[in-house]
Amino acid sequence: MARTNPSMARHIRRLLAALALGLATAIPPAFADVTLLNVSYDPTRELYKAYNEAFAAHWKAETGEAVTIQQSHGGSGKQARSVIDGIEADVVTLALQADIDAIVKESGKIAPDWRSKLPHNASPYTSTIVFLVRKGNPKGIKDWGDLVKDGVEVITPNPKTSGGARWNYLAAWAYANKAFGNDEAKIKEFVGNLYKHVPVLDTGARGSTTTFAQRGIGDVLLAWENEAFLAQEELGADKFDIVVPPLSILAEPPVAVVDANVDAKGTRKQAEAYLKYLYSKEGQQIAAKNFYRPTEPELVDAADLARFPKIELVTIDDPQFGGWAKVQPEHFGDGGIFDQIYKPTN
Amino acid sequence: MAMSDAAFTRERLPGAAAVHFRPVTIERRRVRVGLIVVSLVFLAVFLLLPVVAVFVEALRGGPKAFMDAIFEPDAAAAIRLTLLVAAIAVPCNLVFGLAASWAIAKFDFRGKSLLNTLIDLPFSVSPVISGLIYILMFGSHSLLGPILKSYGIQVIFAVPGIVLATIFVTFPFVARELIPLMEEQGQGDEEAALSLGASGWQVFFRVTLPNVKWALLYGVLLCNARAMGEFGAVSVVSGHIRGLTNTMPLHVEILYNEYNFAAAFAVASLLALLALFTLIVKSVLEWRYADEIAATRRH
Repeated sequence: MARTNPSMARHIRRLLAALALGLATAIPPAFADVTLLNVSYDPTRELYKAYNEAFAAHWKAETGEAVTIQQSHGGSGKQARSVIDGIEADVVTLALQADIDAIVKESGKIAPDWRSKLPHNASPYTSTIVFLVRKGNPKGIKDWGDLVKDGVEVITPNPKTSGGARWNYLAAWAYANKAFGNDEAKIKEFVGNLYKHVPVLDTGARGSTTTFAQRGIGDVLLAWENEAFLAQEELGADKFDIVVPPLSILAEPPVAVVDANVDAKGTRKQAEAYLKYLYSKEGQQIAAKNFYRPTEPELVDAADLARFPKIELVTIDDPQFGGWAKVQPEHFGDGGIFDQIYKPTN
Repeated sequence: MAMSDAAFTRERLPGAAAVHFRPVTIERRRVRVGLIVVSLVFLAVFLLLPVVAVFVEALRGGPKAFMDAIFEPDAAAAIRLTLLVAAIAVPCNLVFGLAASWAIAKFDFRGKSLLNTLIDLPFSVSPVISGLIYILMFGSHSLLGPILKSYGIQVIFAVPGIVLATIFVTFPFVARELIPLMEEQGQGDEEAALSLGASGWQVFFRVTLPNVKWALLYGVLLCNARAMGEFGAVSVVSGHIRGLTNTMPLHVEILYNEYNFAAAFAVASLLALLALFTLIVKSVLEWRYADEIAATRRH
């Protein structure tokens, strides 16, 4: 220790050089004046890829400021959890109102009145639940009632973990409610019977799509309309048909600015403009092109609207449901209706 | 030994007792061939085929699609991040592993067996838990998170969190390679060096380190392979921000979920190549320096 050892000094110099090299390669290329982070759910990847480019161009033209939007995707509930735990999201664009409410409740990072800050309950686009079946529809599935016929296997994710799966469940419930005229015992029997036809209960919507499309399990996939179109486009229109039932549910994926984060980062102006632009002509057209139903359809070309069949859509605020605040604990909470009617068979 | 063998042979193979010189293995040819076939088939089906499948899928779209997938900005960022994380985590674990195994193998102190056990902790804990502990330590609702944040330091959902999780998951590799070897070698060489008047650091750099250099290198290679390939723990703390906090394994999953199978397999094959490269380096070194490696074990 008394004398400096030349070999040790050399070792240390080498180590430092290696570290410096590592750090130098890691510094991200300088992108832009402002960076926004959009924390979103799984099926919106393609939508926001297109929209982010459009918004960046629009913002540059309007203000001269370059803005880069970073994306994070995952299950809606998990993404909400990340925001609560501290991911520096400027905006959240999630699958369910309940997930944004969870951020409000658990962390206070979003003001409780977020739903009134943007038009249409802060949902710039909507979607619904449809059926994806094998080409030619060999089992002849036309409506919800066909799903519980003998020999039909249904693929849907677990409503306990997946936002999309909750919409599937509620759509089935809405059908049964109409078919059995409010008779709760019969509705429960139908929905419970439906889940007896589910061989694999994946944790997320993309997982279910892969189970159905890639692994070839099941006769019908209950899917977001946009997921069904996308699967058909990406995996081959010659393999699957989309069947739109006469009645389904109106899914309203909401968006919100994460107030605490934008105020800390000084990005409120850009974040608000980012969400507002979703309601513009260009934003609505991009949504429609990515198979989401625009909430301002008059802004969108008729050709892009033609792919969305007109069906009877029940909203979550319908008296049979009474809004997410009521549905979430009643149906999906511990010991809720789903727990009562779903008994794994094996 | 010879007697019991002979007895055994007589019992199993009547008439073979007259054979005086036998190889140490006396199983019949059938058994030997059977064993070799079982291991080869098992390796081929569970190891070789999947690896080949990855490369076949990766090159299905042609070399151009392969290169496009790898140089696509998000993929390039994932590769850069993976290399950076390994460049930080591996040296950290090298220093820690050396220090810990030196302490355990060459000194006696209270709590030594506790330290020895703790080193194995990351092997026994699920990687998901390894990630979650950092969320609990540095998240918005933790003790440390808000304090660090007031200084503008973001740990989880950023590069530091990924580095921490990787260090945690990979820290046994170097130490686990070194401890058995150092214990086997004992302290004789060090004592000799000291008696000849070497200083502590001289002993370390001229005696201890050269004695364990091959094990150290092997440990570093394994540590590096795991640091680049870690999925679970990193997935929990990453936040999955594209181009920023996605490492290669996470990027593979994302591409796969986007139906972008060719690109997913392209990046996966790059990861597999890194692993193969590690194995090849290790084998070449073992083959090239076989004598020297054997010599360090002889103490």
